[in-house]
Order: sequence, then structure tokens, then C-alpha cells
Amino acid sequence: MSLRDTFRRDQVFGPLRPGTRPVRPGQLDTGGKHILYMEDITVSFEGFKALNDLTLYIEPGELRCIIGPNGAGKSTLMDVITGKTRPDTGSCYFGQTLDLTRMTETEIATAGIGRKFQKPTVFPEHTALENLELAMAGPKGTWQALLQPVTRQQYDWMAQTLETVGLLAQKDQLAGALSHGQKQWLEIAMVLMQKPRLLLVDEPIAGMTRHEVERTAELLQSLAGDHSVMVVEHDMEFIRSIANTVTVLHQGSVLAEGKMQDVQNDPKVIEVYLGETG
Amino acid sequence: MRHSDLTTALTDRTAKTFLGILFGAVLIVALLNLLVPAESGLHVSSYTVSLLGKYLCYALLALALDLVWGYCGILSLGHGAFFALGGYAMGMYLMRQIGDRGVYGHPELPDFMVFLNWEELPWYWHGFDSFGFAMIMVALVPGVLAFVFGWLAFRSRVTGVYLSIITQALTYALMLAFFRNELGFGGNNGLTDFKDILGFSLREDSTRVALLIASALALAGAFVLSRWITGTRLGRTVMAVRDAESRARFLGYRTEHYKLWIFTVSAILAGIAGALYVPQVGIINPGEFSPLNSIELVVWVAVGGRATLYGAVIGAILVNYGKTVFTGVMPEAWLFALGGLFVAVTVFLPQGLVGLAKSLLKRKRQPEPTLSDKEADHEPA
Repeated sequence: MSLRDTFRRDQVFGPLRPGTRPVRPGQLDTGGKHILYMEDITVSFEGFKALNDLTLYIEPGELRCIIGPNGAGKSTLMDVITGKTRPDTGSCYFGQTLDLTRMTETEIATAGIGRKFQKPTVFPEHTALENLELAMAGPKGTWQALLQPVTRQQYDWMAQTLETVGLLAQKDQLAGALSHGQKQWLEIAMVLMQKPRLLLVDEPIAGMTRHEVERTAELLQSLAGDHSVMVVEHDMEFIRSIANTVTVLHQGSVLAEGKMQDVQNDPKVIEVYLGETG
Repeated sequence: MRHSDLTTALTDRTAKTFLGILFGAVLIVALLNLLVPAESGLHVSSYTVSLLGKYLCYALLALALDLVWGYCGILSLGHGAFFALGGYAMGMYLMRQIGDRGVYGHPELPDFMVFLNWEELPWYWHGFDSFGFAMIMVALVPGVLAFVFGWLAFRSRVTGVYLSIITQALTYALMLAFFRNELGFGGNNGLTDFKDILGFSLREDSTRVALLIASALALAGAFVLSRWITGTRLGRTVMAVRDAESRARFLGYRTEHYKLWIFTVSAILAGIAGALYVPQVGIINPGEFSPLNSIELVVWVAVGGRATLYGAVIGAILVNYGKTVFTGVMPEAWLFALGGLFVAVTVFLPQGLVGLAKSLLKRKRQPEPTLSDKEADHEPA
């Protein structure tokens, strides 16, 4: 039994936690075919296997949709990628060199993985613009934050990003006062300000009106290409409207993967998921 | 995008109003004390001068707590410890100034050490005969303690009630330690019988007025500094940590560094408040470490209103004025009044007096609160 198994990482002081630093600290290397490699990942909570021997690859610039019934492990998958949950076994690499299982949440975010949460979590007491300022890629140290004012270029970049998500008119409004759909977009804008290579988008259209859903679909499609985008969503119609490649999760592992058309006609998928929801 | 620098923090309307009222009041009190003869009805007694000076020290302490509690959401129930440590550093300097004028007339040792039959000055008392060294210690000792304590606590992600409890334990442990005679800080009597500061007698009216002005300057400086900090991206990040810490972490912020930064700055301000407090009240003893003091401090900030800075100052002055009046009339009921005040403020005025004033002004301007206003009333923990 290793030290890791003896001490759960949230029960010991930081310095005692093994492996919270990257093995080879360095730049993202996207020389390979894929940008994200997840191999043989298993995560269990109290005996329940949230992820079971899961293997998944994401290509650069790809828009990938992850679907699956409740409890299929979709959120756990995102937690593993962002460093919130450590896998029991398996490897998870971002590019060729960055071992995500040995990096902290902060290091992973800085390396270029941005996450939009299921529940929109913006900073409610800050304006829309300030939310973007906080999210902006750049030095995140305390002294830089104290002494470096926002430059003209950074301001323009923020305004431009707000325009992309259609929130420029609301730039000085407190984020807490935005509508639910607007909060979702603001959060996407915040993730974009991190200049991510890989965007994880968790249920982006929950609580949106039909018009807002259409705009979100356009937005996500326009983001793919420059970024790799991974979308977790329940709404089949929405998936159909944006999907290129779909991965179906079931009981913690990949059940099927491929074009939406093929996946939809896969008998296994129909049985566990599409059949149930009609 | 607003990124305040020291100039804007000094010259915007809130700062001008605050500094105007502060220095106006201090100037009037100083002049009425020094220039108006004692027989006149307009004369302000030296007792009042020192009382006001004491309030300003409390206000500075409340401001320091507002930085960590109001802006960063860290409810420290042990901030009195940093105040007391700053006070002890100043007290040690004042003790060394007594020289051979003590009761036992020992040229080197303070009275309590002679009483304990100590032969020589403990090593950690060396240097405190220098004012400059003592002033460095006033900032350094609370700062280093806050840094080490915060480093351990924030790295291990201790938050919320648990953090409040260990800050309380910290100040309690220090109180027990300082009660012990062999620690060399005067045991339960503490440090007292001070004679003079920088060669000026502490009994002189002019010295008391000078200390009052020094307290006002320190409060004004801390206010401008805090407004500057909270107006920069650092300040906005600290508030983001308060509202959604894990979100800030996913954005790439080492949130523990931000908490540690603001906690340490706050502890240093608390230490400075303690150092100015001691010469004005003439004593520092382990009672200042009492957890009760730290809890009272939380009540001041809650009454005034969190995350506005001036709210903390208003709260500290009002509650302490109330305490002075109340303890004069019926001292045994003060703690009940304080407890009742805290409950009342928590239940009826979650944003304190400043929040009440703001919402009254808002209601005057727009009678019907809109739905989006209600959603905006987010309550930081």
C-alpha cells in the first residue's frame, strides 16, 4: 500500500500530499494526434465506480459531445480532467507531456483547460467586465494583481469577448443581476478569457429560452476549431444540432463513440439511454 | 476598468468625506483641549482626548478586521491577538524608557523582573530601548505570526467555522502564555507605569493630543491604503475568493496566497492599532488577548456594516461610545447588551448601519425594488 492510499489528500497538510506537482513542468506539447488522452481511468467513491476503465481521446479543434444517463460519470470525467478528483488508476495527459493527475487545479487551469460549470458560477458581486478581468489569462500573483493596471489592449480584448457572447451592453451590471442565460454566457466568456486550448462545457443550455439555445449552439460551433470543445449535455435535440462526434457514457465507461447518426442507431445505446428517454 | 492608485484612493468623494470628518473632529478636540482654559465650558478634558484616541485605535482595528472578514470572508475570531502583540511591542519600548525611575530603581530591569529576582534582561527584550526597533517589531511580530498561521491554515484549506475556531484558540493560547510570569512579559499585571515616549511625558496634555493625532493619521493612512487595495485587481480577486473560492481557483488563482496576503496586511494594521492604544490607556496586560475582545470586535464591524471600510470605523466608534456610556450607568448589563446588539444586527441588519442607510437612500430614489435588484442582494458568507 502506497502513502497515497494511507492518507486521503484532503486529510493531510499540503506538504505531505504526494504528487501535487507536475512531473515534468513545461509547456503544452500538442505534437501528437490528440490534445487530451485519458486511458484506463477508474474512480471509485466508497466502492461505487463512478468511472470504470474509461478511455477517451480528444483531437485538437474538435467539438465533442458527451452524453449519458444520470450517474454515467459525466461530471466525474470533468472533475478528473480539471484536477478536482484524482483517478485511482489510469493516466490522463494534456498534450504529450502534462500529466493532469499530478497537477493542481490551478496548474491545470493555467496550462489551458477552462471549465464552464453546470451551475453558472460567476462572481455575483462583480460587474460583467470585472468578471472577465478576473478570468483573464496572465499573471495571477498577488503583487501583479496589486500593481499592474489593466492595459488598453486587455480592455479591448474583454470588450470584444463580451461582444462575442452578446453581453457588451451589460458590461457594468452586477453579474448577480443578470438573467440565467446571460450568466451562462458570461461564464463562457470568462472561460474564453483564460485562452484555453480545451474548453469543458457542462450543461450549457440549462434554463435557457429557445432563442438563447440557438445562440449558444452558434457560439459553441464558432469556438470549435480554435479550441477543442467538450460539451456535456442532456438535451438530445441540442446535441443533434451541434454534434460532430458523440461519446456515450454508461456506468463509468464508454459505451459508444462516433457520428451522431451512427450512435443513435446503435442498439446498445438505444437500450440504455435513448430508448429510456424516447 | 477601474484600477485605483494611491491618488484616486486619496481624492475620491468617499475618501475626502471620511478624511474631512476624521481630521475635522480631531482638530476641534485638540484645539479645545490645548487652547481653551480648563474653567471654560468649551474645554475638552484630557480624559476625553485619550478616550477619542482609544476609539480611533479601535476603529483602525475594526478596519483591519473588515479587510479580512468583509472583503475576504475570513471570520477571524482572534484578531485581538495581533492588536495585543502590537501593544506588547510598544509596551516593551515604554518599559525600557522608564529606566531607573521604577519602584525598585534598578537601572536596567523593569520592576516585575526585579520582583522575580531575575539577574539580567532576557534576550528578546534587547533592542526595545530603541523606538525604531520597537516600531519594526510592532508590524513584524503580528505580521509574521499571521503569515505562519495563515500559511498553515489556508494551505490546508481550513475555512468557515473551523478557521474561526482555530483563530479563537490562537488568541486564547497566547492569553494563557502571557499570563505566565516566566514568559517575561509581566504575567497577569502586564506592562504598566509608563513614564514617557520619545522623551515626552505621557502625562502632558500635549503628548496626549500628539498621540490622538498620530492615531488619526494611522487610521487615515490605513483607510487610504485599504481603499487602494480593494480598488485593484487584488482587491477584486479577494472578494471573488469570498464569493466563490473554488471558481477563483479554477481561474488559476492561488486563492491561499490571496487570503494569506490580506490576512497578513490586516494583522499588521491590527498591530499598529495596538501600539497606538497602549500609550493612551497606559497599560497592556494579557486580558487584551481575551477571546471576548476579538468577539466584541466582530460585533463592531457587524454593526457598522461589512465591506465598506468606513462602516467598520463607524461601528467601532458607535459601539465603544455606547460601551463607555453603558458601563458608566449599569456595568453588569453591558455583555447582555452587546450580545443582544449582535443578535439584533444579524437578524435585522445583515448589512449593518451602512447597509441600512444605503437601502433607505435607494428606496427614496426608486420606490419599487425590481426583481433584478432582489437577485443582486447576494449575501456573502
